[in-house]
Amino acid sequence: MAVDYLYPDYEIIRNYDRCIACRVCERQCANEAHEYLEDSNKLVSDDAKCVNCHRCVSLCPTRALKIVKTDHTFKENVNWSGKSIKEIYKQANSGGVLLSSMGNPENYPVYFDKILLNASQVTNPPIDPLREPMETKVFLGAKKVKIERDENGRLKKNLTPHVVLSMPIMFSAMSYGSISYNAHESLARAATEMGILYNTGEGGLHEDFYKYGPNTIVQVASGRFGVHKEYLNSAAAIEIKMGQGAKPGIGGHLPGKKIVGDISKTRMIPEGSDAISPAPHHDIYSIEDLRQLVYSLKEATGYTKPVIVKIAAVHNVSAIASGIARSGADIISIDGFRGGTGAAPTRIRDNVGIPIELALASVDKRLRDEGIRDNVSIVVGGSIRSSADIVKAVALGADCVYIGTAALLALGCHLCRTCQTGKCNWGIATQRADLVKRLNPNMGYKRLVNLLTAWQHEIKEMMGGMGINSIESLKGNRLMLRGVGLNEKELEILGIKYAGE
Amino acid sequence: MREGMFRNLSGCAISGIISRSGKRFSGKSIIDSIASMHDRSNGLGGGFAGYGIYPEYKEYYAFHIFYDNNTAKKESEAFLEEHFDIINLSKIPTKKIPEITDEPLIWRYFVAPLPTKLADSQLDEREFVAKCVFKVNTTIDGAYIFSSGKNMGVFKAVGFPEDVGRFYRLEEYEGYCFTAHGRYPTNTPGWWGGAHPFALLDYSVVHNGEISSYDANRRAIEMYGYKCTLQTDTEVITYIIDYLHRKKGLTFGEICSVIAAPFWSTIEGKSQEEREELEFLRNAFASQLITGPFSILVGFEGGMMALNDRLKLRSMVIGEKDDFVYVASEEAAIRVIQNDLDKVWSPKGGEGVIITLEKGTI
Repeated sequence: MAVDYLYPDYEIIRNYDRCIACRVCERQCANEAHEYLEDSNKLVSDDAKCVNCHRCVSLCPTRALKIVKTDHTFKENVNWSGKSIKEIYKQANSGGVLLSSMGNPENYPVYFDKILLNASQVTNPPIDPLREPMETKVFLGAKKVKIERDENGRLKKNLTPHVVLSMPIMFSAMSYGSISYNAHESLARAATEMGILYNTGEGGLHEDFYKYGPNTIVQVASGRFGVHKEYLNSAAAIEIKMGQGAKPGIGGHLPGKKIVGDISKTRMIPEGSDAISPAPHHDIYSIEDLRQLVYSLKEATGYTKPVIVKIAAVHNVSAIASGIARSGADIISIDGFRGGTGAAPTRIRDNVGIPIELALASVDKRLRDEGIRDNVSIVVGGSIRSSADIVKAVALGADCVYIGTAALLALGCHLCRTCQTGKCNWGIATQRADLVKRLNPNMGYKRLVNLLTAWQHEIKEMMGGMGINSIESLKGNRLMLRGVGLNEKELEILGIKYAGE
Repeated sequence: MREGMFRNLSGCAISGIISRSGKRFSGKSIIDSIASMHDRSNGLGGGFAGYGIYPEYKEYYAFHIFYDNNTAKKESEAFLEEHFDIINLSKIPTKKIPEITDEPLIWRYFVAPLPTKLADSQLDEREFVAKCVFKVNTTIDGAYIFSSGKNMGVFKAVGFPEDVGRFYRLEEYEGYCFTAHGRYPTNTPGWWGGAHPFALLDYSVVHNGEISSYDANRRAIEMYGYKCTLQTDTEVITYIIDYLHRKKGLTFGEICSVIAAPFWSTIEGKSQEEREELEFLRNAFASQLITGPFSILVGFEGGMMALNDRLKLRSMVIGEKDDFVYVASEEAAIRVIQNDLDKVWSPKGGEGVIITLEKGTI
């Protein structure tokens, strides 16, 4: 029906003076947006198929291509945006739920951008990380200290197991299935080289990657795919996934057509069957059930590994976190409402959950007020975009951050937000062999190492400016933060002063 | 504006003298020492701590209290009578001098916890006393207990330290250890309680520096029941030392490895046993690490500890002569009272110097 015709959001502009008809764009586009016309020796494009991933633009040898936002428009209407109108047409046509990928792109406040950092002047010297030691090493786990001594008076090293990181950054959970083998290999190798951890997500652990175990977090999610004793014992830590920032209250669904070959084997489910992760864990309907799973996993691994409980940042996140901190978990991971995803219902992604900055500030304060902050470490994600976001998160009270989208960007992701189609031209969110091989793990891992190296150096520069030479002295150090453009309530929740105060 | 309403940053001078054999000596020499560093203070705060100064009352807690008015005094004394047996009370003797003005009421009480109250509280005696000190300082308007240890006392005021010493007639006291502080705050405090040393029970701290870890330390220590009402570095450092020493039972050597922890690169070079111990301390007490410049002198019953920050961003010199040990921000402040030294040296960053009395001396 004509009413269903939607003019594409983006147009492919080809400069025919530059185009040499080499057909690279045609070969590179898994969405088949480019077509070669033999008769006229000319390439043409179908804007409707373009997802704006820049693959063709990046590889065009003569820079003949660019993608622009269309100026085609509905009659202007503040209330009924073009986006709202188009979504109604789509749903009136399909009767289906709208799907989206990656983090919430809507215009909500980004609190990190309204927080500014301090630096030393006169009364206290700034420290130059190129001249002086500057420490970013982090331990994650419970710090319930009871001093005990042996018969010679020496301290007993009686802390429960910890994870040791060279810097307060980990790669967040992205399953094998939602991203490719080569993407996983890049993450695992980069984590190993840099002394941090990556996270398997809920898709199990490919047998080739057991060797990266000391730098791996294995996830136990509601579908329990790929979970077995060897899997649990191979890792540095175990994460129970209760929720995800992009889709709080929602499970997952990897369609049967993606459950092929190694993915089927790794997830331990038959080829072609849908992998459905239920919304809740069906053995966890309340906090006391969570405690049982935490201790089941500890029993299975002989109390040698910390257990992480990951939750989405929702309205009563601090009360939930307080419950988790008493459940035997060693680490709480909180995922903000801007966190990424391979696929989520659009309405959920864009309307459910709260900003990570507020969730973090509120959880850190609640746990301190209740005297149980030492029971757990706090890891936050969704969305951490730069080293400055990390410094601000740590100063608000985080022990460490998770990065997902930033890591994928380093691997070549251009945030076209169409992961759900499985046709990622950059070889990341796809299982098509011809696309996967476009991501060379030798180069991918190096780019991740570069990113982490750069961020670590920037973190040290910012810490040095503040006169702090070890990351633990930044943790929860909210006097190092000031707000701009925030109201009294926001400042109160963040626990920071206004700039100039 | 009163101390505690804003964050007050200070530069400073510190000095300390201890006799290892527990020989008692007059407070005159510590005044002479700190006076030589006059230019490191700006007249906005000075003070002293003396140890072994109340031998006749050594079984009792000596409370030194500032009162803004008689109402605060009445209210506080009612509280003290309810919780303690008051053995002796008096005004602290002072001498009127033009350099020191606007003094509050300054009183001293020798007390012992009432056995019934103590039993009811289910606390050990020192915790009971500390809780009572916090209670008075946070709930009675105009009252401030600034010294609460046994056989020790803090004397402090707004003014240059040498004038503060004369005001309190410190030369008339004899003790085995004295520490002193001259303050150079960047804001005007105008309140005597904000001067240093800062003390809780028998722990007293004088400090020169500005710690960059302040809010991390403050928020961590407040979780363990301490209340940082003054917003000064010295206050939070004192609470950290009290927490680690009294509540957790760490030795002063171990405390140095926590608050001015060796760098990881240094720890890696140690023997396995030492490495494991240092790693345990840094991990377990990560929130008690102090960064940024500081030199501190910690007085405690039977000893004194001197410590610099891990990068040694503040000066501190140690001199030794016979059984006396001198510590000061400047060597001149030692030489002015003892020029004939057996040994003079500067401890490294993070290297704690702990001087304890020889056994059986007090």
